[in-house]
Amino acid sequence: MMNITLQKIHTKLIIRLGLLVAAAAVIFSCSPDDKQQVTTKNNLVWQDEFSVDGAPDPLIWGADLGNGEAQGIPGWGNEERQYYTDRPENVVVENGMLKITALKESFQGSDYTSGRVLTKGKYQKKFGRFEARIKLPWGQGLWPAFWMLGDDSNGAQAWPQIGEIDIMEYRGQEPTIVHGSMHGPGYSGGQAITKQYDLVTDRLDTDFHVYGIEWGPGYVNYYIDEVLYNQITPEDVTGDWVFDDHEFYIIMNVAVGGTFVGAPGLNTVYPQTMYVDYVRVYE
Amino acid sequence: MNTKKITFYKISLTLAVVFMIAVGCERDLSDDAIPATFSKTGEIYTDAFVSMGSDFYLPFAGSKPDAFSVDEQVGFQSNSSIRIDVPNAVDPTGNYAGAILRVDGAGRDLSGFNALTFWVKASRGVSVDAFGFGQDFLEDKYQVTANNVNVGTNWSKVTIPIPDPSKLVEERGAFWYAMGTQGTGGSGYIVWMDDIKFENLATVAQPRPAISNGEDAATSSFIGVNLAVTGLIETFNLASGLEQTITVAPSYYNFTASDPNVASVDALGNIAVAAAGTSVITATLAGIDAAGSLTINSQGNFQLPTTPTRDPANVISIFSDAYTNVPVDYYNGFWLPGSSTGSADFSVNGDHILNYTNFNYVGTQTANPLVDASSMTMVHFDLYIPGPVPNNFDFLISIEDWGPNGVDNGGDDSRQQIFVRRNQVVANSWVSIDAPLTLVNRDNIGLIIYENINFSSLRNFYIDNVYYYN
Repeated sequence: MMNITLQKIHTKLIIRLGLLVAAAAVIFSCSPDDKQQVTTKNNLVWQDEFSVDGAPDPLIWGADLGNGEAQGIPGWGNEERQYYTDRPENVVVENGMLKITALKESFQGSDYTSGRVLTKGKYQKKFGRFEARIKLPWGQGLWPAFWMLGDDSNGAQAWPQIGEIDIMEYRGQEPTIVHGSMHGPGYSGGQAITKQYDLVTDRLDTDFHVYGIEWGPGYVNYYIDEVLYNQITPEDVTGDWVFDDHEFYIIMNVAVGGTFVGAPGLNTVYPQTMYVDYVRVYE
Repeated sequence: MNTKKITFYKISLTLAVVFMIAVGCERDLSDDAIPATFSKTGEIYTDAFVSMGSDFYLPFAGSKPDAFSVDEQVGFQSNSSIRIDVPNAVDPTGNYAGAILRVDGAGRDLSGFNALTFWVKASRGVSVDAFGFGQDFLEDKYQVTANNVNVGTNWSKVTIPIPDPSKLVEERGAFWYAMGTQGTGGSGYIVWMDDIKFENLATVAQPRPAISNGEDAATSSFIGVNLAVTGLIETFNLASGLEQTITVAPSYYNFTASDPNVASVDALGNIAVAAAGTSVITATLAGIDAAGSLTINSQGNFQLPTTPTRDPANVISIFSDAYTNVPVDYYNGFWLPGSSTGSADFSVNGDHILNYTNFNYVGTQTANPLVDASSMTMVHFDLYIPGPVPNNFDFLISIEDWGPNGVDNGGDDSRQQIFVRRNQVVANSWVSIDAPLTLVNRDNIGLIIYENINFSSLRNFYIDNVYYYN
């Protein structure tokens, strides 16, 4: 129960204090609880609080650049319209937040620019609780995501065999709905195992929300704030479960247009920014 | 305090002075008095009217009076709703349905809400002309309108955001609507509305106010001109992702003039030009900068057209401050699609001027009643072209008689053309056009049309003193 309380508290200091209490609660509460627990992994092992202004910490974050052509997947495999850069206009840490901003501008043959940062080769991990506190952009065709890809063993393996865990995806034209998905062999792209959750009375673009998963052997639990809204296990996927045997890395990006969201709207307002207050990993 | 005020009126001045001194000692009491508060009820109709009083239904002039009823069979998740029977266009008792629902009694404090919502369906898919609130037939100070709202045959929810709820502390204009048959070929239909109420919704977001419809507009102007900021709109993003644009009354905005000595703007967006120069009008709404602006380029003194002196007995006036005008349906029909012409009419020292902008063609309709100019022999126009006259200027005035049947395009119409050529006009000056009336039948004149011909690129001009005479 203390864990649920933890989710509701956003102040960093209080969270740290809360962690001690929560840890104590975990240690001392052995009686089984009928109620579904949102999170069970509470030992903070990695974090970026984005407390230093400038470019994202290069020890943690790399960047994907361009429109995907260099990677052999123009439009990043999804008919996306943006050209990723690492310019501060697109990716910057400011006021304690990572800001990834989509701009409508003609750039290197694309009509939009944006950013995509990732921890590939810098921080990779198997299992754990991965969460981020994010305020999302809005408008037809905006497609922000907080997600993970499996390590490709230096190119020896390819998507979807490497596995993909989408902790948060969102369509800018559906401001109350978050999506959590998994892609793997036999269940990728349009056949991904996915579930959406509709806040109904609140939006994802007007304030910060905590998006996370708890990932362990044979399961991934999806939550937003204090609501656990899905669990995906090997029984749910229509192919091999590829999430128990290798490390994954974290990706955060804002795409413009693409198969998931459709074309950007004529009246979509730019710039559009995804604000990330923190990314944390617990065991 | 009311009792004391009434007492003031009833006693003599001398006594009043004494009494005021006495009251002065009690000032602390009034300081402690709790300000009057108004009902915070948000519901208007939830299967029955809620706290609306008895005399709350006020139809617009020309609306079919019995179009409004309560349906005790149909409702949203209930069996009660407001039912509007929109009449056929040819209904002699009224060709549309429109009304305000005004609280009969003290206004409501709606400052705790951020949107008017209701459920609606219709007997056929239709685009409803207008839903809104804040219209009270008094000042309409905080009127808000959502135009062209799509209504289907299944219940759906409409959300009309409040631009600035803090303004609505005593609002009587709870709801209003206007529904016609322009989009249904003249056929009537039924609209049901239920659960009409003000709500506070966290999903109403991303407010974007604008003036001049979000454009950076500019206009030539002159000392003494009065005009108004137009294009007052705000767009919100709703839970469904729908971008809902509403038309917003000026009282929600705070207007600013960059140089009030040149052109000042008041709380209602009325601009008064006082000197030569440039003044840029901008605005905020609830602390948010409004997109768009209006730049007033004042040229200084305006030359008014010569005041007509013909005997009113020999004049049928369509537009002039020198005469009493006959009834005119409109000076700009905003004929869509096709006409791009806008209006930025203004007045200088009480002389009203028609200003057509973004001009291609535009008409003035005099159909109710049609003008009988059979005793008139001439027609007069005063025309002013601000700025340079385009080299390809070519201008046509057409006067249209609708014939014995009195119907536009009824098969017996006749038309007179008056051509105005490049050499007849002068930049930045009034010219008078006087032409003989050559129409044989001119007892049912319904239209005067102005248009660019031969690819003339005239976009902006003024018209005054339009009248028939002999």
